[in-house]
Amino acid sequence: MAEPTPKLRIMKGADQDLSAATYQIFDESHTMGNALRWMLMKNPKVEFCGYSVPHPSENLIQLRIQMYDKLSSLTALLEALDNLDGLCVAIHDKYGESLASGDYERWEERS
Amino acid sequence: MPTASTSHSTFDPRHHVGVHAERVSNVSSTDFPGYYPDEDHSWDLDQFNQRLKVKVQRLSGRSIEFDLVGTDASIANAFRRILIAEVPTISVERVYVWDNTSVVVDEILAQRIGLVPLNVDPAWMDTKETTNDQATDRNTLVFRLKVACERNKNAPKGSTDPREMYINSDVLSSHLEWEPQGEQATVFASSPPAPTNPNIVLGKLRPGQEIDIEMHAVKGVGKDHAKFCPVATASYRLLPLVILNPEKPVPPHLAEKFQKCFSPGVIRVDPQTKAISLDEQNMRKESMSREVYRHPEFEGCTQLARVRDHFLFSIESEGFYPPERLLPESISVMRGKIANIRRAAEALLADNNNAGDVVMADA
Repeated sequence: MAEPTPKLRIMKGADQDLSAATYQIFDESHTMGNALRWMLMKNPKVEFCGYSVPHPSENLIQLRIQMYDKLSSLTALLEALDNLDGLCVAIHDKYGESLASGDYERWEERS
Repeated sequence: MPTASTSHSTFDPRHHVGVHAERVSNVSSTDFPGYYPDEDHSWDLDQFNQRLKVKVQRLSGRSIEFDLVGTDASIANAFRRILIAEVPTISVERVYVWDNTSVVVDEILAQRIGLVPLNVDPAWMDTKETTNDQATDRNTLVFRLKVACERNKNAPKGSTDPREMYINSDVLSSHLEWEPQGEQATVFASSPPAPTNPNIVLGKLRPGQEIDIEMHAVKGVGKDHAKFCPVATASYRLLPLVILNPEKPVPPHLAEKFQKCFSPGVIRVDPQTKAISLDEQNMRKESMSREVYRHPEFEGCTQLARVRDHFLFSIESEGFYPPERLLPESISVMRGKIANIRRAAEALLADNNNAGDVVMADA
């Protein structure tokens, strides 16, 4: 049996210190690609970040990260993932508060 | 904290998307570090929390409308995409036809049955890892459909209504019978699996015809097949914004004409002075028809815009999930995806630290 594809791998041509690298993320699409790109661009140590879906029939995205000061793009990626999780929790909590407050219009919809 | 989405007096390219007669402007967000000199736009959860506002506006048994304010389009879009493609539901995946003498051919009947929404909480079931995985009581629900049509001997004389003349003339989703397997009888005792809507017509029968099939329902996601999609629609739009120019007020004799350029309720006209004012609460009703730009007499009086970080979500549930549960589900799917990538990234980091050399793929 063939080796199972990894979730994440670094493409050939990355800097040895990972200050510039392209990551292939498998089984992901624009959903995570654009959200991750946005969160990585929020990091002042990130010089450049962009993502692409190389081909619609390949189920993967490519995420390019270039860092200032020879920092590791992998730690920046981990940080962005943490921040994105924090954001999700924040939105979840605020939504829960609004729903619990009951301060909205309730209406009857016939199906 | 002054927020741009509440101060509506002038067009602010940082927070507003311009809507012109034949184009839009300032579409992309610019709140990134390094974009504006001497300004820090780096990620700060506390600051984000201060600006973030989630407010449910309307809720019914089938749909929900809520505002998501203070986040980027990439995040709002992620939730929308997950709702459509990645929140799991249960649907009939395999249909074993023992007998079908109806006019609906097997393939079409199977397709129709697959699209019937079921009232099963996906949290109670496992996903089959591959299509050829062993079916177990944890990942498969079995339904049986066995209907035969015959003449109704008690039908009123002279009736031409097939529903009176025959018994079982319509095959309905309510004919689906759940057959508990293994521990399912106790697990699902509180809410027996069934179609959410009992009145979906799957096919029609006439005397002598019958259908006898077995169905296996599994857990799946919308990107595999639309039948697994938990929503009918999930969409967002940006909050419309009408900006009046204080330098050039609308002439009183044209006030009513000006008002009619917008959706009802958006523009208020004072009955005495004919002065124009905006109804902030009704701003979201504006259809953005750009009618006002067609009249030369209103040139420069107003500008249309949208608030870039104010998303008006509208989600219609179809199937198991009550509408208010859909956003939390999509958030938890998103968090699952984040955790998944995080694990892989940590493994990669550990690999690199051990080897002291970056592991790169060949391709």
